[in-house]
Amino acid sequence: MSTNTASSSSAAAGSADASAPRRNSKRPKYSRFTQQELPACKPILTPKWVISAFLLVSVVFIPIGVASLFASRDVVEIVDRYETDCIPVANRTDKVKYIQSSGNNICNRTLTVPKRMKHPIYVYYQLDNFYQNHRRYVKSRSDAQLKSNSSAGDVSSCKPEDMANGQPIVPCGLIAWSLFNDTYNFSRNNQGLTVNKKGISWKSDRENKFGKDVYPTNFQKGTLQGGAILNSSIPLSEQEDLIVWMRTAALPTFRKLYGKIEVDLQANDIIQVVLENNYNTYSFNGKKKLVLSTTSWLGGKNDFLGIAYLTVGGLCFVLALTFTVVYLVKPRRLGDPSYLSWNRNPGGR
Amino acid sequence: MTRGRIRAKLQRSHLYSFSCLHPSNTEAERPNSVQGSRIVHCNQPHLHQKKPLKYCSNFISTTKYNVVTFLPKAIFEQFRRVANLYFLLAAALSLTAISPFSAVSMIAPLAFVVGLSMAKEALEDSRRFVQDMKVNRRKTSVHKGNGLFGYRPWHKIRVGDVLKVEKDQFFPADLLLLSSNYEDGICYVETMNLDGETNLKVKRCLEATLPLEDDEAFKDFAGIIRCEDPNPSLYTFVGNLEYDRQAFSLDPGQILLRDSKLRNTAYVYGVVIFTGHDSKVMQNATESPSKRSTIEKKMDYIIYVLFTLLVVISLISSIGFAVKTKYQVPDWWYLKPQNTDSLFNPGKPALSGFYHLITALILYGYLIPISLYVSIEVVKVLQATFINQDIHMYDEETGNPAQARTSNLNEELGQVDTILSDKTGTLTCNQMDFLKCSIAGTAYGVRSSEVELAAAKQMAIEEEVDLSSFPMHRDNQQSSRKNVGRVSEIELETVISYSNGTGQKPVIKGFSFDDGRLMNGNWLKEHNTDVHLLFFRILAICQTAIPEPNQETASFTYEAESPDEGAFLVAAREFGFEFCKRTQSSVFIRERYPNSKQPVEREYKLLNLLEFTSKRKRMSVIVQDEEGQILLLCKGADSIIFDRLSKNGRMYEAATTKHLTEYGEAGLRTLALAYRKLEESEYATWNNEFQKAKTCIGADREAMLERVAETMERELILVGATAVEDKLQKGVPQCIDKLAQAGLKIWVLTGDKMETAINIGFACSLLRQGMKQICIITTNSDTLAKDGKEAVKENILNQLTNASQMIKLEKDPHAAFALIIDGKTLTHALEDDMKHQFLGLAVDCASVICCRVSPKQKAMVTRLVKEGTGKTTLAIGDGANDVGMIQEADIGVGISGVEGMQAVMASDFSIAQFRFLERLLVVHGHWCYKRIAQMVCYFFYKNIAFGLTLFYFEAFAAFSGQSVYDDWYMLLFNVLLTSLPVISLGVFEQDVSSEVCLQFPALYQQGPRNLFFDWYRILGWMGNGLYSSLIIFFLNIIIFYDQAFRAGGQTADMAAVGTTMFTCIIWAVNCQIALTMSHFTWIQHLLVWGSIVTWYLFLLLYGMISPLISGNAYKLLVEALGPAPIYWAATLLVTIACNLPYFVHISFQRCFNPMDHHVIQEIKYYKRDVEDQHMWTRESSKARHDTKIGFTARVEAKIRQLRGRLQKKHSSSVAS
Repeated sequence: MSTNTASSSSAAAGSADASAPRRNSKRPKYSRFTQQELPACKPILTPKWVISAFLLVSVVFIPIGVASLFASRDVVEIVDRYETDCIPVANRTDKVKYIQSSGNNICNRTLTVPKRMKHPIYVYYQLDNFYQNHRRYVKSRSDAQLKSNSSAGDVSSCKPEDMANGQPIVPCGLIAWSLFNDTYNFSRNNQGLTVNKKGISWKSDRENKFGKDVYPTNFQKGTLQGGAILNSSIPLSEQEDLIVWMRTAALPTFRKLYGKIEVDLQANDIIQVVLENNYNTYSFNGKKKLVLSTTSWLGGKNDFLGIAYLTVGGLCFVLALTFTVVYLVKPRRLGDPSYLSWNRNPGGR
Repeated sequence: MTRGRIRAKLQRSHLYSFSCLHPSNTEAERPNSVQGSRIVHCNQPHLHQKKPLKYCSNFISTTKYNVVTFLPKAIFEQFRRVANLYFLLAAALSLTAISPFSAVSMIAPLAFVVGLSMAKEALEDSRRFVQDMKVNRRKTSVHKGNGLFGYRPWHKIRVGDVLKVEKDQFFPADLLLLSSNYEDGICYVETMNLDGETNLKVKRCLEATLPLEDDEAFKDFAGIIRCEDPNPSLYTFVGNLEYDRQAFSLDPGQILLRDSKLRNTAYVYGVVIFTGHDSKVMQNATESPSKRSTIEKKMDYIIYVLFTLLVVISLISSIGFAVKTKYQVPDWWYLKPQNTDSLFNPGKPALSGFYHLITALILYGYLIPISLYVSIEVVKVLQATFINQDIHMYDEETGNPAQARTSNLNEELGQVDTILSDKTGTLTCNQMDFLKCSIAGTAYGVRSSEVELAAAKQMAIEEEVDLSSFPMHRDNQQSSRKNVGRVSEIELETVISYSNGTGQKPVIKGFSFDDGRLMNGNWLKEHNTDVHLLFFRILAICQTAIPEPNQETASFTYEAESPDEGAFLVAAREFGFEFCKRTQSSVFIRERYPNSKQPVEREYKLLNLLEFTSKRKRMSVIVQDEEGQILLLCKGADSIIFDRLSKNGRMYEAATTKHLTEYGEAGLRTLALAYRKLEESEYATWNNEFQKAKTCIGADREAMLERVAETMERELILVGATAVEDKLQKGVPQCIDKLAQAGLKIWVLTGDKMETAINIGFACSLLRQGMKQICIITTNSDTLAKDGKEAVKENILNQLTNASQMIKLEKDPHAAFALIIDGKTLTHALEDDMKHQFLGLAVDCASVICCRVSPKQKAMVTRLVKEGTGKTTLAIGDGANDVGMIQEADIGVGISGVEGMQAVMASDFSIAQFRFLERLLVVHGHWCYKRIAQMVCYFFYKNIAFGLTLFYFEAFAAFSGQSVYDDWYMLLFNVLLTSLPVISLGVFEQDVSSEVCLQFPALYQQGPRNLFFDWYRILGWMGNGLYSSLIIFFLNIIIFYDQAFRAGGQTADMAAVGTTMFTCIIWAVNCQIALTMSHFTWIQHLLVWGSIVTWYLFLLLYGMISPLISGNAYKLLVEALGPAPIYWAATLLVTIACNLPYFVHISFQRCFNPMDHHVIQEIKYYKRDVEDQHMWTRESSKARHDTKIGFTARVEAKIRQLRGRLQKKHSSSVAS
């Protein structure tokens, strides 16, 4: 019963003692804020501003575009797709069976360096059609367990890879379980090229997310073996492959850092790769690629950024031109009152 | 208990619908069986402790909730909003594994939003509770038995208690007055809380209960009251008192209503009849209808569109999920598809798909902005604060600022199409000045009325126009015309201020009469002094006022029922007939004659009083003077009086009629005065009959009384007529002029008679000479029987069709029509079969004046306009009779002026004076409309831009319901990162400054034409959102595709991609709002750019807390993204690319197809208004809607007329 009259009774009860000073107190206080008169800048889009804005964008964007294109072109990248080639021709009819039979899956690849590659040369493995971003997959991990030994039993979020033989798995979860386990050994002119596998993960991950006192236990002991087996004597903070793998990728096609080669490679160098093909991408028709790449200040090889910058910059330049032309053809004096609606169609409305 | 009360309320409201508006009718219609069913045992409250005599207690509660019901009820209220219900479901589901988000990120915003609204409710309700408690704990003196009285709190008072109420106290319940400290048992009551009238009313007890005049007398007092059931009619009461084995009839004159106040009386005794919620004032309490603005209603449709979109994309992703799960997932060994659970079962893809549908509905919930409601709420409250704080709408005289009583209609103020205005107290001050009179056929009074002054001034001006426009060349005419318009506007203003400061003499409130022939006793030198004497005596005696001695001036001030009466009494006092005392049975007049120094005090025995009602349009008193002569003195509407004149009483009829017409033309309110001498015997027989009628109970009592009164009020002798001026309020004509220029239509609905209404119409330029007035009236008198109703209707229909025909055939584009219709005709015209013709005609007319309309008709007309035209209506009024109209209209505005609080309490906005309406609509309405429209559009844009990126990502994540953003980002998106700029847009945006709004009323038309919230614009914004989402998602996805994203060789994981995307969103939407704004104070700068900074700060801080909470976002900015140039490059690229189309759109629009406010902004920007003032004033004068009413239109019409004449002259001279 929200009421008019009932509330009026109390209002009037109040007004009975409303005297002159109270009356004055109802007067709104003047301030520029309450009167909505704060000083304000009121920019308006005059043609001058519009054209300058377009020009400014194109002036800034085109150089950036050019620079990033150059940076991208500087990057030397060797991509070797091997998932089919590394299976003996005889076994190609049933690749899954081949990969699951735990045999000797050594495979030799030869790469040719097209251009001089300056160190560091990053070694990546690239998987395709692998949904690391699937929700079931992403959720299946336990950050608490990874961080400290004391939370080893904290596996509730790791289903369905939480326990094996009644014991909690460390590290638990589908992500860790499906750790990539192909290995690469490089040699140039029969001289081994060392692949530095240290420092491929984020420093903060090593130091704060993966505990120094957490050792793999009960890992890959379940009925099914997923991916790699971890050395249970090395703490997780030093298992950099795992750390990299645990950073799930955004897209089903992704590269992950395998290691760094810290010598320069010359053009036309032949690189021998001894490859252990263990990882099963065959059941879901996933490609596997080995990638060697240098980086520029902008990262790896991707022309898109440069092209996009050039496109937008160019578009703005064209717009600036169009605008100028149209404006010259059909000029309007700023603040010309004849454009007011009541002047435009007199007698109308 | 509450439910019972609600049911009771429903029944009652059904029974007595409209009775508060229309008391006299329901009185007649109420079935006999109802009345008399309530029995009150006076002084025996203990009898009322059991059923069926147990009535409700005197405890009142106006709260919506109590401690127990608050939570369930308030929560129920909150979740009646569909959107909130959706969010509740989403939050409930987020507790299960279906949810894509952590539970906290769903529940926290909902709890915040709902909690905020509930806290507001609780606060408002607790205020009501405190007020109720204050009222319930007030103490009053109650008879406790054996003649002893003691104090008891109000809520413990029971029916049947005898109370003693002291001076200046409120009555705690509806009481029957038993006696007072005055020996004749009268008391004075102030009813301001009930009907808003500030004058005192007299209540009289029954003769029978007069002896109960001290505490002791109540020792053995007992009686039974049989009366009507509780009902909301304030002005009626039917009942009987059985006391001393006799039955006495009771009427409203003995009833003291709760919430009215005892004045000028030391104490009264009364017995409680109705308590608590049974009392009339509580019965009258109506819940004001909750109104929603047009924009808000349209917003619902947008919400539906988005819901549809939500369901569609949810369906797409759930089907996608089901297909993937069935055909592909079994091969994805890394998901361990063989370990199924209820939500993930490749064997049952349909079931999984169904679960996923729910997941998706939650996931894409960002399309429906949870914060929209809360942001709009906040914005509107702030806008309302600005309205309340506007110093230009503060009235120095009454000390009232403007007040937005509900904040949810602010933007509706910017879309008003029709204003329905009350006249009295709204356009006029409701302060009557006695200005002229006609006595015995001679007119007195030399001062002019405002209307006359204005007309004279204008005529002078128009002559000037005449002179100036004649020799003018064509080209110059426009500008000169404008100057003239401005000049005359100024002149009009000075006229009014001049007449306010009425010259030499000390100003007497209510008396502006000036004529040497009557003042200072000079009337004795006139002819017919006996008629003069009678005239003054009628003024002094024929009234119901109460004198109050005024210490300062040693004279009396009067508490009169109507301001007219007050003016009469003041006039009588000034003429030397000072009304000084009233008892139950007598009126004392101090008569002063110039020949004797000492005034003579005469007593007039008041035998009967035949009250004024709007139906009777007259009041009479029957008095016996000191010589024993019985006189009937009567004042009333001229037509009524003239009908009742005797043959020899028509001596001055012709002259008086002439004067009355003159007064009417001058905009004055007129009354005719007459008397009749009565013989003792004649009076005695009549009185018997009258008393009989008075004591009978029943529905026909009123009718009987009327009939009896009618027999007496005839054979009258005309004495003269009075003319009082109903002053226009300050600035009303100017305000109407501006509102008309802004393209608003103004209807006047008044209870006054047609002539007065037309006069006021002229005074405020709603009517002018040369306007074709269409008067729709019923020709037949009201004696027509029921079978004549059809004929009357046909007649009206004919008039309506003829008038429409006339308008259609009119060739002159400048011709203006005014429709004037009276209440009686309106009853027929508002019937279903005719109302559309009526509305059609009314819409074609430039101004509409409805006279003699009842409050209910006001509401009906308002509804007709609202529903018939589909446009926004605004009703403005000040009195209790405007409440219906105010509640019915889309926006109700109450004038918080002289007459009480009723209208203000029912209104949505209250202002102190009509003239503030201009600023309220043209400035605040315009701003608020644009602000809210832009804000809502932007809101949908930003949520679409954000929400759709989630969907695109789904497609890349096998529709698994994974979100690319961290839960916290999404949580903060609506709550913190993008809400403040949009609030600042909604609160501070100004397209043009307030002065410009006032100078260019035509800008207001952007609101009623809804230029900023049409579907074209809404869809445009949605398209912009779609575009932005595509750009944001795909540019980022391609940029971060698979290669290293920084020199260190690392590739981007989901956290890096998601964070970059989110950064782009924050930049894009905040830059977008900056482009939308045209007015940047430091607040906007702070909030817009601050939001972006906040995002980086948040990211930094979030990256610093434990990785157990921040997960992959741990040290993300510092370590991974910050040092990567590609992160910044992507942000810049995406931000620019997102805003490019909008930027192109607005710059092309502004440059080649500017809207009015664009051009005006430019003029202001280049200060061209200062350089070229001539252009500025010319444009501001042209900037108005093609209007046919208002002052400027008047001048315009005059000029057209002159030009026409000039042309004719010219052509004739050429011909000769």
